[in-house]
Amino acid sequence: MLAKRIIPCLDVRDGKVVKGVNFVGIREVGDPVECAIEYAEQGADEIVFLDITATHEGRGIMVDTVRRTAKNVFVPLTVGGGIRTTDDFRELLMAGADKVSVNSAAVHNPSLISEAARRFGSQCVVLAIDAKKTTTVTEEDDPLCGRSRYNVFTEGGRRDSGLDAARWAKKGESLGAGEILLTSMDADGTKAGFDTEMLNAVCEAVHIPVIASGGGGDLASFARLFLETKADAALAASVFHYGEYTVDDIKETLAESGIPARRLLRDSVRERA
Amino acid sequence: MIGIADYGSGNLFNVKNALDFLGFQSEICADERGLREADKIILPGVGAFPDAMRMLRAKGLERVICEEARRKPLLGICLGMQILFEVGYEFEKTSGLGLIEGYADKLVAPGMKIPHMGWNDVELVHPCPLTEGTNAGDMVYFVHSYKAVTDERNVNLSAFYGESVPALVSRGNVYGAQFHPEKSGRAGLNILRNFAKL
Repeated sequence: MLAKRIIPCLDVRDGKVVKGVNFVGIREVGDPVECAIEYAEQGADEIVFLDITATHEGRGIMVDTVRRTAKNVFVPLTVGGGIRTTDDFRELLMAGADKVSVNSAAVHNPSLISEAARRFGSQCVVLAIDAKKTTTVTEEDDPLCGRSRYNVFTEGGRRDSGLDAARWAKKGESLGAGEILLTSMDADGTKAGFDTEMLNAVCEAVHIPVIASGGGGDLASFARLFLETKADAALAASVFHYGEYTVDDIKETLAESGIPARRLLRDSVRERA
Repeated sequence: MIGIADYGSGNLFNVKNALDFLGFQSEICADERGLREADKIILPGVGAFPDAMRMLRAKGLERVICEEARRKPLLGICLGMQILFEVGYEFEKTSGLGLIEGYADKLVAPGMKIPHMGWNDVELVHPCPLTEGTNAGDMVYFVHSYKAVTDERNVNLSAFYGESVPALVSRGNVYGAQFHPEKSGRAGLNILRNFAKL
């Protein structure tokens, strides 16, 4: 059976993890490589680095961070943030990233998705979508009538693109995206649970895996996500960084709810606790 | 030394990273010489069956790999596993390396998402040196839309994803992993280590 994935996300700027990370036993606090190793040890099924560096120099540092991570972490690594061209893809894939996520640039230039998929394969093209509830669909001839409308935002959530999230996801799939990383801007940072309504709208529209992001809170919120939606994976950041619980704590909760999850040997996790 | 065949397909560096991490010497080999000198060969691969075979032939490596596979252990990974078989049906019918009887065909997996992407548990079908230390229920990382179709006696590990999917196959010295051992955490590293120690 295919496991539901739990994916910690690290925001990285100039080679440092931005949000406070509160692990015991890390040599250099804030080093993304050390954090990624720790998460992999906890049972992370994948690691995501989100590069929030704005400068050209910072980009080079990120590539080096990816290279060092790939030498020490043997689960899939996804890198996103500021990706504009297929050469950006190439640089990160050559450094050891397994997947690259695109967001705003794909909205402005959808052919980036198809070009990257053709050049490197769909398996490494992740379409990241930041979306938020805007209105309710009222047009009676629209099959989505009565449902909430979710618009795609670009530029870190600053600009409403006017695109419908589910339709954009479907378009991304047809262009060759291998996965959708869907962040609910309404739920993000609230720890009040994932936006299951929006996730269902997008999961219904596509056949490729959907990673849910935004709203992960207590352990039960992760179980609810997988019981109430068809999402394939959950991405979270701060709940892990602040050491509220480990990746394996989430998986234990999933297992108790009968949700398939990849568990590491309990002993090895306990040793590090 | 383990020779990692570089024929322009896929992520060779992560296979090398994993071998470095495990302490085994390896070299990325873009030509015949390295593969002839290696004690073992790893054949990675990402992409489509016809392209992979075309590139292997263009580089003159098809014959080298087939000849060397008689003398030393060979491990194909993902698409590198599928091309070990006689034929592939991705896009068009293409001859493979023919080192294991069988063919590569589309995943059917009724009701499931394709590609099969993520961590799936495996079942021990026929133990082999590479499966030592692997337990039923261990999970490994898959990304594929095609699968091997072969006699059950060639299957060492299988995964269930809407249908039974060969996860690790072998025939003599020739091994193939449908999953990515270099991306499958400890379970995957264990299988790579077993291969490196053959």
